[in-house]
Amino acid sequence: MEFNSLAEFIAMGRHGLYVWLSYGLTALIVTYNVMQPALHRRRLLKEQAQRLRREKRNAPSA
Amino acid sequence: MSLVIATVKRDFILAARNPGEWANPLMFFLMVAALFPLAVDPDPTFLSKIAGGVIWVAALLATLLSLDSLYRADVEDGSLEQCLASGESMYAMVLGKALVHWCISGLPLTLVSPLLGLMLHLPDEAYIAMVLSLAVGTPILSLLGSVGAALTASLSSGGLLLTLLILPLYIPVLIFAASAVYHAGIGMAYNGQIAMLGAMLALAIALTPFAAAAALKLNLSR
Amino acid sequence: MWQWLKQLYHRMGSPKWFYEITERWIPWLAIVAGVTAVVGLVLGLLYAPADYQQGDSFRIIYIHVPAAILAQSAYMMMAVAGAVYLIWRMKMAAWVAKVIAPIGASFCLIALLTGAIWGKPTWGTWWVWDARLTSMLMLLFLYFGVMAIQQAMESEDGSYKAAAILALVGVVNIPIIKYSVEWWNTLHQPATLTLTEKPSMHPDMLWPLLIMLVSTYVLFALLVILRTRNEILWHERKRSWVKKMMES
Repeated sequence: MEFNSLAEFIAMGRHGLYVWLSYGLTALIVTYNVMQPALHRRRLLKEQAQRLRREKRNAPSA
Repeated sequence: MSLVIATVKRDFILAARNPGEWANPLMFFLMVAALFPLAVDPDPTFLSKIAGGVIWVAALLATLLSLDSLYRADVEDGSLEQCLASGESMYAMVLGKALVHWCISGLPLTLVSPLLGLMLHLPDEAYIAMVLSLAVGTPILSLLGSVGAALTASLSSGGLLLTLLILPLYIPVLIFAASAVYHAGIGMAYNGQIAMLGAMLALAIALTPFAAAAALKLNLSR
Repeated sequence: MWQWLKQLYHRMGSPKWFYEITERWIPWLAIVAGVTAVVGLVLGLLYAPADYQQGDSFRIIYIHVPAAILAQSAYMMMAVAGAVYLIWRMKMAAWVAKVIAPIGASFCLIALLTGAIWGKPTWGTWWVWDARLTSMLMLLFLYFGVMAIQQAMESEDGSYKAAAILALVGVVNIPIIKYSVEWWNTLHQPATLTLTEKPSMHPDMLWPLLIMLVSTYVLFALLVILRTRNEILWHERKRSWVKKMMES
């Protein structure tokens, strides 16, 4: 272990700002990239369900 | 082959009848270069240091400006479709169009560049390097640009998009050409840079017509 | 071997097969990506010794370098997938190429941002025209170009083909751009401290980097699969297998 305390770990030998800024921004971009397909998928499934219901409703009358 | 020659001939006649096609990029070239002393510093020692880079950036932008219309008219009036249907080599066709484009954009730029050199206090030793680098470098710009022009030919507002697509591909040309001019200005050898430009030109002649021909076909497939 | 590859290729061409097989892969990929990321980050942030020149700011390497390597190889993969579509008209390849562009651009952005932040303690400014940073910037521009043309084309087929052609032209250009930028850089600022070049890295520093590299690639595979599945869901929405899957 390179660091003796949590405070020292966060300080990163005076470079804390730069290290944590880098990791924070990376986390942000990765999170967006993970969330985007999940949200998109949910929207697609919802639309698909609507379409199927509509088709079922229209089928007997047609 | 006769069709390619005919197209080249037709394009030259069109350019001669419509002077704006070759005169506008030229005027743009002069104006952009005139902006730098106004915006930055008219001091001759400073200008002589950046002259090569400024002239090259201006030449690059002027070329981009004139690329937009390279294939648009041909796509719209159906002559490209005719050409494809005729079974002529698209490779030769694209090469011919790029040659015409260079003759009405790159070549005039190369010829008037000494004038800009005077205005920007280009060092005396750098004139030959500048003309040489423009003569070898601008055909690469026309060839690479013809790929972008072919990709965006059927889009109504392709001009800005074309710039986005092509600019990153121009970086190596800009680096080597501007450095050739700069090195000539401080009395160093610049044949290495010119040789690199020559190699890039050879590569561009060999490869870009394939990409441009493929891109042209996809404009017609709809 | 050849036969097996051919069979795999034909199966990959089937959206249904891809959708069903990746259903099973996703949890495993997520676990591998997560575990390697945790292990790599703990080793890198807590156990790797500080750099003798840069101190603790060198710990940015564990995201900067994997992101930079991935961004470059993602562009290659996008071009290969695009070429497969151009030559064999395989729809799956076009969708994969399409979804790689934004993911690759994201990793390129990560590499640029972390590189710039890393530059502040190392060089004293946020941005230095360093060879690697500059060529990453050019790569980001190339990604932007591909994404711009994908959106501009009206027909779907046209957008796939145009993006593929542009990506292939870009792939030929990337080595030339890299070489010219490096050459230009040595000309203008000889022998400054480069961020990552080391005569030899201490194994305690190197191992976390390799683990993070694996983690980044697995994460990339996961992201590509997730987005490709959405493309499949959209394009195959009128096919019976999607409808059947929805009803069950």
